[in-house]
Amino acid sequence: MEKKELTCVVCPFGCLLEVEVDDNNDVTSVKGNTCNRGVKYAQTEIKDPRRNICSTVKVTGSKDTYIVPVKTSSEIPKDKIFDCMEQINNATIPVPVHIGDIVIKNILDTGVDILATNNVLE
Amino acid sequence: MDFDIAIIGGGVIGNMIARQLSAYDQKIVVLEKNNDISMETTKANSGIVHAGYDAKEGSMKAKMNVLGASLMEEACKKLHVPYRKTGTLVVAFDSDDEQVIKELYQRGIKNGVPNMRIIEKDELREIEPQISEKATMALYCKDAGIVSPYELSDAAADCAANNGVKYIRNFEVKSIDFQNNKFTISNGTDNIIADTVINAAGVNSDDIAKMIGDDSFSIIPRPGEYGLLDKSVGYIVNQVLFMAPTKMGKGVLVAPTTHGNVIVGPSSYDAEEKDAYGIRRGELSNVFKLASKSVPSLPVNQMITSFAGVRAHNESDDFIIAPSEKNNRFINVAGIASPGLASSPAIAQYVEELVLKNHNKELVKKDNYDDSLPAPVRINSMSSDEKKRAIAKNSAYGRIICRCETVTEGEIRDSINRPVGAVDIDGVKRRTRSGMGRCQGGFCSSKVMSILADELNKPINEITKFGRDSKIIYERTK
Amino acid sequence: MLVIIGAGPAGMAAALKAREEGIPDKEIIIIERAKSPGGILEQCIHTGFGLHYFKEEISGPEYAARFIEELEKTDIEILCDTMVTQITPSRKVTAMSKEKGLIEIQADAIILAMGCRERPRGALDIAGTRPAGVMTAGTAQQFINIEGYMPGHTCVILGSGDIGLIMARRMTLEGAKVKKVCELLPFSGGLKRNIVQCLDDYNIPLELSTTVVEVHGKDRLTGVTTAKVDENLKPIPGTEEYIECDTLLLSVGLIPENEVSKFAGVQLDPKTKGPIVDDMRETSVKGIFACGNVLQVHDLVDFVTMESQIAGKGAAEFIKNKDREKAYATTVPGDRVNYIVPQKVTVPVKENLNFYFRVKNEYKNKKIGFYINGEKVYEKKERKLAPGEMNNLLIKQEVLKGLKENDEITISVEEA
Repeated sequence: MEKKELTCVVCPFGCLLEVEVDDNNDVTSVKGNTCNRGVKYAQTEIKDPRRNICSTVKVTGSKDTYIVPVKTSSEIPKDKIFDCMEQINNATIPVPVHIGDIVIKNILDTGVDILATNNVLE
Repeated sequence: MDFDIAIIGGGVIGNMIARQLSAYDQKIVVLEKNNDISMETTKANSGIVHAGYDAKEGSMKAKMNVLGASLMEEACKKLHVPYRKTGTLVVAFDSDDEQVIKELYQRGIKNGVPNMRIIEKDELREIEPQISEKATMALYCKDAGIVSPYELSDAAADCAANNGVKYIRNFEVKSIDFQNNKFTISNGTDNIIADTVINAAGVNSDDIAKMIGDDSFSIIPRPGEYGLLDKSVGYIVNQVLFMAPTKMGKGVLVAPTTHGNVIVGPSSYDAEEKDAYGIRRGELSNVFKLASKSVPSLPVNQMITSFAGVRAHNESDDFIIAPSEKNNRFINVAGIASPGLASSPAIAQYVEELVLKNHNKELVKKDNYDDSLPAPVRINSMSSDEKKRAIAKNSAYGRIICRCETVTEGEIRDSINRPVGAVDIDGVKRRTRSGMGRCQGGFCSSKVMSILADELNKPINEITKFGRDSKIIYERTK
Repeated sequence: MLVIIGAGPAGMAAALKAREEGIPDKEIIIIERAKSPGGILEQCIHTGFGLHYFKEEISGPEYAARFIEELEKTDIEILCDTMVTQITPSRKVTAMSKEKGLIEIQADAIILAMGCRERPRGALDIAGTRPAGVMTAGTAQQFINIEGYMPGHTCVILGSGDIGLIMARRMTLEGAKVKKVCELLPFSGGLKRNIVQCLDDYNIPLELSTTVVEVHGKDRLTGVTTAKVDENLKPIPGTEEYIECDTLLLSVGLIPENEVSKFAGVQLDPKTKGPIVDDMRETSVKGIFACGNVLQVHDLVDFVTMESQIAGKGAAEFIKNKDREKAYATTVPGDRVNYIVPQKVTVPVKENLNFYFRVKNEYKNKKIGFYINGEKVYEKKERKLAPGEMNNLLIKQEVLKGLKENDEITISVEEA
């Protein structure tokens, strides 16, 4: 049995969680959360920490815009962040780009897509 | 390249001399070691047009200052440079100070300072409401004032260039040879040939003189640190406020600037290095503490920037403006510390006389010489109708880039296209005030960079703050 | 005509709300200084926006786009690349643009929504030279996220507000090395989740009670000297540390941008640096309203949206009934409270009111007390309070209905 302190990052409230973990690294209790998402966060954060990342991707064919912002469609494993960044850095997308367009499908076989988060129409 | 006259140093002294000499039918070049002119002592000083009571009677400083101050208004008018006769006050806080002020007054009389008188506490408080309760009297010089030093310098350079003077920037003089009756000035790769050399190299003027074997003087770099307060507190001072010098030191000044800010400083110390443009740790609070003797309510939290300048002090404590003993066609204009700015129009005239006496060619005045400049567009100071007309002529005057100082795209493009135009962000800043306001370029610097990139036909990541390696951004992220 | 200054989240939400309240599209104009609407959100490409308002977490550009798309469906005009240079107390607005030249509009009501700016280096007493490579975090954010250029490769960040934290992560993801984040205060002004996600995740040290005392480098920055500070925030001699870096990012505070407001005679609150407003976000000048970061610096755009809807509604009501007279109760920050917005409340109160406030320090397990003329009428427990996180207190109309002119409302943080 081990006690860990975590700050929940699910929402800006940032609850301070007191988490108890058993020998199998399973969460046995969570205190300090304001909502249920905190419990879920603690469980994944202990077993398989994941994060959303945001960056930009090069746009081709636009006269004023060089890059378009992108985000992960859902969280990716924390230890794959820099591998994903490499893919993102090498990707390009032609205009027109719309919010929600898939820039990279199923990045690194994570099941997560990289989505455009702004419009670049010309 | 062959020239008749080479001026080393594109500060206010070199540029005012260039403007003066450009009246003659001579090939003149100004050699500036930095990426832009006006980047050293000229850009970082108090901007005061001193009255002339400070310097010893009969000294070059006294003569140049009193004459220079009297010529300043007209020069600024012709060059459209911000200048204001605010008046200056030397403030006394006790009977010792009062004695000093009376001595200064007597010296001023001997030096020929006009419109000078001693005022008592009541009058002092009336014209300077925020002054310390402890102030007892002051020496009041009504004709003294303030000028924007780098704008004077840059405008003088433009005027000189319009009259045919060539400006070469990024030319750091490494050696000077005198052979076949001509000077060869080298930066290590390129040579400039000239008959007469004017050494206006500021803090480096001793090093330049040594290149021809003249070691008759040495320059002690004496930095001064300043704080600049926001325009919104411009009301705290109307005149330039000096303190009566005491055994403890000269004190610091609190003064308005031509653009409505308040300047506080400078400190003073002797530095080892000639480019000691850094601010020492804790020194600004000392400066503000000293200044609060004059203005106790000094709103220190309104500081928008701080900077240091380096005075070109020399042991004689007087200007050195004379042909070198080694060669009468090498004219030293050195040790131009305070009141050098105020003296600059007079120094230019005096150097003209020295050139007339010593140059080896006949000097003929040009018919088409023009010692003035056309008025630049300054949207910020225009009426609505003037703005409308300006924008109708050039729509770029309608797009504001710097919100703090209201500077438009048109003005920034103009500053780059002036005869000696801006080539970097700081150069645009000195010429237009873009980035000088309270946000200090936070919003406008990237826009200024893209305008510079466009006008200079360079990629934006090659645009620098002030030349050399002062890049703002590096490679593409993607 | 309703003139809204700024097409960021505040201005856009205010415009849409005024429209909803019956102001015709053709009677609403938004003036925006950038080339397109969206404001600072356009460069805030990280997610974390919208949780309160849209109940989902989206990025800055996506948040802005939802309002831009709404506006595109209307006939409300957005004048972009246009800068307001002046507004008068009689609500004459002067603006300038390349396309239209000098524009003068007599407004029936004005909504100030100009946002804020970052405190620059100049305002700090940092010794040393003046090299390139010292810039505000927001400037660096613009270079990386909009222009697509690296502003540096090795970096120290001064200030642990949210922008500083977010930029630590952005610089790292784009390949730069962030060596340290320094915070002058003994606590971070940023959201806890950002400390976890932006610093801890990337092993970037956060040093509290630490500042940058000197910058080094003649051309480009070559390093900074940091030092610990004492309880008076003064550097402690002997604690200096030299860190080699080519970039110093400053995230040392945001200041509401009220230059044009001041010219119009709008009174400012010395604490918020924004206008003093009533519950409808009307300033001291009749018919001039304010919302968003020009009113008070927000941490969450969701609150900006809600605040701006109040201003939009207020301006619409004003246009419909310009002659109405208002009577006010005032709000006064109590113990441990730094400021309250609104500073005035129109009486009698006809609906539930939200009071926004910031506390002076970090507190745990306290009570918020809400007083009218010294009498406690409401209280609420708070587990955690921090200056970096704006609080809001919703007070029901029935609690406020007896409020009279010149009554005093106080909000205090008390022992639980």
